[in-house]
Amino acid sequence: MSAIELSGITKRWGGLVAVDNISFRVEEGTFTVLLGPSGCGKSTTLRMIAGLEEISEGKLKIGDADMTHAAPSERKLSMVFQSYALFPHLNVEENILFGLKIRKIPPEEQSARLLKVTDLVGLSSLLNRKPSQLSGGQRQRVALARAIIAENSICLMDEPLSNLDAKLRHDMRIEIRALQQRLKMTVIYVTHDQAEAMSMADKIILIRDGKIAQEGTPDALYDRPATAFSASFIGTPPMNILNTVISDNGVMIESENHTPVLAKSASPVMLGIRPEHVKISDSQGIPAELVSGDYLGAETVITARIGSQEILVRAAGRVRVTKPVAAHLSWSDQNIHVFDSKSGKRNDSVQGLAV
Amino acid sequence: MNRRLSKSHIYGWLLLMPAAIFLIAFTYYPTVATLAKSFFSQGTAIKPSEFVGLENFESLLEDDIFWKIAWNNVVYAVGTIPISIALAILMAVWVNGRLPLKSIVRMSYFTPTILPMIAVANIWLFFYTPDIGLIDQVSRNFGFASHNWLGDPDTVLGCIIAITIWKEAGFFMIFYLAALQTLPPELEEAAYLEGASRWYYFRRVMFPLLMPTTLFVLINAVINSFKLVDQLFILTKGGPDNASSLLLYYIYEVAFSFLDQAYASTLTVVLLAVLALIAIGQFVFLDKRVHYR
Ligand SMILES: Nc1ncnc2c1ncn2[C@@H]1O[C@H](COP(=O)(O)OP(=O)(O)OP(=O)(O)O)[C@@H](O)[C@H]1O
Ligand SMILES: [Mg+2]
Repeated sequence: MSAIELSGITKRWGGLVAVDNISFRVEEGTFTVLLGPSGCGKSTTLRMIAGLEEISEGKLKIGDADMTHAAPSERKLSMVFQSYALFPHLNVEENILFGLKIRKIPPEEQSARLLKVTDLVGLSSLLNRKPSQLSGGQRQRVALARAIIAENSICLMDEPLSNLDAKLRHDMRIEIRALQQRLKMTVIYVTHDQAEAMSMADKIILIRDGKIAQEGTPDALYDRPATAFSASFIGTPPMNILNTVISDNGVMIESENHTPVLAKSASPVMLGIRPEHVKISDSQGIPAELVSGDYLGAETVITARIGSQEILVRAAGRVRVTKPVAAHLSWSDQNIHVFDSKSGKRNDSVQGLAV
Repeated sequence: MNRRLSKSHIYGWLLLMPAAIFLIAFTYYPTVATLAKSFFSQGTAIKPSEFVGLENFESLLEDDIFWKIAWNNVVYAVGTIPISIALAILMAVWVNGRLPLKSIVRMSYFTPTILPMIAVANIWLFFYTPDIGLIDQVSRNFGFASHNWLGDPDTVLGCIIAITIWKEAGFFMIFYLAALQTLPPELEEAAYLEGASRWYYFRRVMFPLLMPTTLFVLINAVINSFKLVDQLFILTKGGPDNASSLLLYYIYEVAFSFLDQAYASTLTVVLLAVLALIAIGQFVFLDKRVHYR
């Protein structure tokens, strides 16, 4: 039994199809991330699971029960909103206890649970503050506490960290993940930040234009992207996707037209190679021109050009590129990904060549 | 340094002067003059005005008509304010929701507000007219006898109250609607996810968050209940037997029909004092409960 199961879920607004026939399952106690670019339908999917948005078509199961048309409160799940949705006139304690009061939980149990939860998220000293007197991170913790205290096994989160600064975001990422594992919660987490998804998820569901582009573990998405879109969405910097031309001597990079990079292919394909798998050398490989370098501290991301196509290369340490320099780029055949030019789908039948 | 300071002082005063002159001439002077007049007797051709101390106030205490009208005003305020505010909130919540023809409904609620009170009074005069008025025509179908709504001291104040509610509720609704639209929808969603009923959400979240608006509307409503008397001119002239007269209308009558400016001034001073007390009271007692941000 899965904790949550979506079958053919669709959402229409008039003529606009925001979510198009999505199906996936979320196992109990796992952390699932809905990832995708802005406007692809992540929030809409999450809100349909929560019951805040009507499901136009399809079936939603939570546990064993069909919850397609159930009221939000019947679904026994908690939600953390991007804007936190704290009640501004209530203090931290009242905010956290809001749901327990509605459900008329006895006061002794309320205070016991409050104690436990505030300890867990580190809010014990702030119980009398109003939300306006808290920092962004503290508000985030209150929202989290309010979601946890209900002791629902399922928790939905819609970009809960997007209003925080980079450092705090990183800390909260670790905290949320640790909390999820300690409480064995089933979490569905929405984000458009692939780094967040990679570091937190048990499973990533990558969405594009309301459809699932790929579903799998972070490793799977990184190592074997199913489409050129997944390849270019995941990883910082993302995978290089190069156009190719087919000739009698093999498949070559378009506008380089010299060195075969793939064995024979029947249909037009694109070559994918991650920036960390490209090596720069003086003589071995494909001739290229280094154009500029982006120094990031531990590494430098170099923009190079093969013919007229740009390719990013990761190099350790600091590499200065002040003016265009000639160089050669090489890679191993194991690190090559091939995608169909037309459909963008992964094509493992074409053999990559080392250069 | 000193000279520069005094020079800029002069500039400052010069810049303030036009506004200050108007303010003094049309607001402060009349107020002070009214206060002064209330301590003098009304002058006549043979007997010039003279200082009488608190005599005017004493006769006010013995003026049965004043007490009756003051009571009318209390009834009028208590009758109009809570109901028009409650209606305003109700309409705002309704019109704020998902609703077909939302803007038309909003507009129609707001229409009474943009009509001048005189026009409103004329419309309602038609409703209230005995025999041929709308109310009598409808109630006749249910077997009720014809009734002179505005001519009966028992019903006339109620009629005036109904008109005022009809006119004010739509106006107050606009403020509530504006406030409701600043409430983030996630608050409602968060509450529903926790299992809150609509009533619980209204009571625990929406209404408290509307408190600043309620304070504003309340002050307006109280001031209006003393200020808004236009309808009396058209409908009843305060009658029958002062049953529908309100303080401001009484002041108008005393000053311009009975030409007793001294007594009118005394009444004005009392009215101003009452308004000031109410305003201060509202700010002091409600302010603490209103501000949450
Ligand atoms: N209430 C609505 N009415 C009509 N269209 C809507 C509504 N809400 C969302 N949409 C549309 O549905 C699509 C998906 O929206 P959604 O909010 O799910 O995107 P998202 O993936 O969460 O994006 P973001 O990362 O920017 O939050 C968008 O094209 C959006 O314009
Ligand atoms: Mg979103």
